[in-house]
Amino acid sequence: MGYEFDFSFLSEYAPDLWRGVWLTLWMTVVSIVPGFVIGTLCAIGRIYGSTPVRRVATVYVEAIRNTPLVIQVFWLFFGLAVLGARLDAFTAAIIALSINVGAYTAEIMRAGFESIPRGQREAASCLALSGPQRVLYVELPQAVERVYPALVSQFILMMLATSIMSQISAEELTGVAYQIQSFTFRGFEAYLVTAVIYLALVTTLRLTLHGVALAAFPRRRRLGTPL
Amino acid sequence: MEPMVRFQDVHKSFGAVEVLKGITLDVPRGDVVVLVGRSGSGKSTALRCINGLETVNGGELHVCGEKLHDGKTDLRKLRQEVGIVFQSYNLFPHLTVEQNVTLAPRKVMKVGAKEAKELAAHVLAQVGLSEKAQSYPEQLSGGQQQRVAIARSLAMKPKLMLFDEVTSALDPELTGEVLRVIERLAKDGMTMVLVTHEMGFARGVADQIVFMHHGKVWERGGAEMLRAPQTAELQQFVATDL
Amino acid sequence: MLGLTIDQLLFLVRGAGWTLVLSLLGFVGGTILGLPVALARSSKLRALRMVASAYVQLIQGIPLPVIMFVVYFGLSIGGFEVPALVAAGLAMTAYSSAYLGEIWKGCIQSVPKTQWEAAECLALTGTQRFVHVILPQALKIAVPPTVGFLVQIVKNTSYSVVIGFFDLTYSAKVLNNSTYKPFLVFSIAAALYFVICYPLSLLAGRFERKLKRV
Repeated sequence: MGYEFDFSFLSEYAPDLWRGVWLTLWMTVVSIVPGFVIGTLCAIGRIYGSTPVRRVATVYVEAIRNTPLVIQVFWLFFGLAVLGARLDAFTAAIIALSINVGAYTAEIMRAGFESIPRGQREAASCLALSGPQRVLYVELPQAVERVYPALVSQFILMMLATSIMSQISAEELTGVAYQIQSFTFRGFEAYLVTAVIYLALVTTLRLTLHGVALAAFPRRRRLGTPL
Repeated sequence: MEPMVRFQDVHKSFGAVEVLKGITLDVPRGDVVVLVGRSGSGKSTALRCINGLETVNGGELHVCGEKLHDGKTDLRKLRQEVGIVFQSYNLFPHLTVEQNVTLAPRKVMKVGAKEAKELAAHVLAQVGLSEKAQSYPEQLSGGQQQRVAIARSLAMKPKLMLFDEVTSALDPELTGEVLRVIERLAKDGMTMVLVTHEMGFARGVADQIVFMHHGKVWERGGAEMLRAPQTAELQQFVATDL
Repeated sequence: MLGLTIDQLLFLVRGAGWTLVLSLLGFVGGTILGLPVALARSSKLRALRMVASAYVQLIQGIPLPVIMFVVYFGLSIGGFEVPALVAAGLAMTAYSSAYLGEIWKGCIQSVPKTQWEAAECLALTGTQRFVHVILPQALKIAVPPTVGFLVQIVKNTSYSVVIGFFDLTYSAKVLNNSTYKPFLVFSIAAALYFVICYPLSLLAGRFERKLKRV
C-alpha cells in the first residue's frame, strides 16, 4: 500500500473551498424558498383545485418524483441552450432545484393539509373567513407545523443534491473539489475534506432550520413542545 | 316583527336517508329555543341548516330576513350574523386565545389591531377569561376552551347564536361554567338556538322547547311541557333521559 | 425514428440496462448491510446503537456523488484498479444501507411494545422473540417504504455519472455530445427512468393503502 496522505493543497485552495461552501449554501437557500412556495401551491391545488388544476399538479409531481435530478438539470441546461436561451450554471441549478424540491414539498404539504381535523375548516368557515383566508391563516400554519420535520429532511436532501451541479460546471463545493483533484491529483484527500465540510453544512442547516421553527411557531417556543 | 329564523316545511336528506321531514318552526327575536330529542332525531341537522353548514333540500328557511337554499345565499354574510359553537370547541391550536378571538374580526370585518384587542378584552371578560388572553388553547381546560369558543363567536357581534351540544364533551364538573355563560347571554337578550342533553338547564333557560322525533317537530311548548308531555314519545324520552 | 437512429436508441436502452444492474447491486448490498444497521439501531446495547447511528448520520450527511468519488479514489489509492461499476456499486451499497437501515429500524420499533411483552411471557428467548414474533410483523410494515425506496435507488444511480459509469444518464450525456439534440435525448432518458420508477411508485402506494386498511 504505502500511500501517503497529503493535505498540503488545503492552504492553497482554502479560498476556493470557502467560495464553494458559500455557493452551495446560497444555492440551497435560494432554491428552498421558491421550492416551498411551488410545493405549497401545488398541494393546495391538489386538494382544493378544479379537475384540470389537480391533473396538472399531479402530472408535475409524478414526473419530477420519478426521474432523476441530474436528467432534469441536463434537460434544462443543455436543452435551453439549444433553443438559444442559454442560462448560466447557477440560474439553471436553482431553477432545477426549485422545481425538483417543489414536487417533494407538494407531497409533504398535502399530507400536512390532509392531517388537519375537519372541525378546523368548519370553524373557520363559520367565522365567515373566505376560502383563501381560511387556508392562509388557519390551515397553512398548522400544516407546516405538522410536517416540519419532514420538510427539514427534504431541504437537507436538497442541499446534498446541489453537489450534482458540478456536472453543469457550477463551482459549488463538489465542483471545487473536482478542480482540486484535477490540479493536484489528490482526489481522495480532496473528497474526504469535502465530505467533512458537507457534514458540517448539514449540521448547520439543521440548526438553522430549527431556529427558523422556533421563530415561526411561537406556540412551540412558549410551551416547549418538541417538533 | 318577523322572526329571526323561520323554518317552513324544511326537508333535508343525506343520500336516501331523509333526516328532516318537514320542519316548521319560528325563532322569535330575543328568544331562546332549545331543541331536544334522541340522537338521530334531526335536531343537530336542523341547527346546522341555520348557518348553511347543511343545505336544505326542500321547503323554505329564512334566517335574519334572508332566504337560504336558493343557491345564491351569501354564506359569508350570513355567518357574520350567525355564530355557532361546536361540541368539540374547534379552537385554532396555533393561535393564542386573543388571536383566536380577533382573527375573524380583523380579517373579515377589517377591524384595526387596537380595536380588535379591545374587542377581545370585552368578550373574554364576558366569558370570565380575561386573564387567559395570552394562553394557547392546549393550556386550558375543556370548559375554558369552550368559553373561548363562545367568546370567539361573540366577537363577530352576531344577531343569533347556535350551540350544538356544547357541553357533551365536557366532564360534569366543567359543564356548569359553560352553562352559566350561556345563561348570562340569554339574560342579555341574545337570540339563541341550542341543542342540548342538559334537561335541567333547558328548562331554566328556554323560552321554547322543541322536541324532535324522526325528523319532525313532535311537540313544542314552554318549560312546563317537559313536566306534562302530551305525546307518548316525549313521555318516554323524558322518563329515560332525566 | 424520433430523430435518432435505432443504434442510438439501443445505446440508451443499454445504458438503462446498466442502471438496472447498478440499482440491483445497490439494493442487494444495501439489504445485506442495512439489516445489521437496523438491528444495531434497535439493539439494547447503547454502544452498538451509537455506532450504527453514527454510521447512518455520516452517510446521510454526505452527498452521494461525493461518496462515489471517495470510494472511487479510495479504491484506486489502495491499489485496486476496479471498473466504475464496482466503485459505484459499493457507494450505492453504503448509501442504501444507511437509508434502508433507518427505514427498517422504524418498522421494528413500530411493532407494539406489548408484543415483546407477550412473547416474553411465553418464555421465548430474545432471539426467538425477535425471529418469531417481531420480525414477521415488522416485515409486513416494511414492504411499502422499501418498495418506495427502490425508486430512490434507481434515480440516485444517476449520480454515478460523476465517476463515469456507463449508466443511462452517462449514455444520454455521451449521446447528446455527439447528436446535439439535448431535449430529445434527455427527454427519452427521462422517459426511460419514468418507465422504471413510476410502476414502483404505484406499487409502493398500493401496498401502503393495503397496509392501512388492515
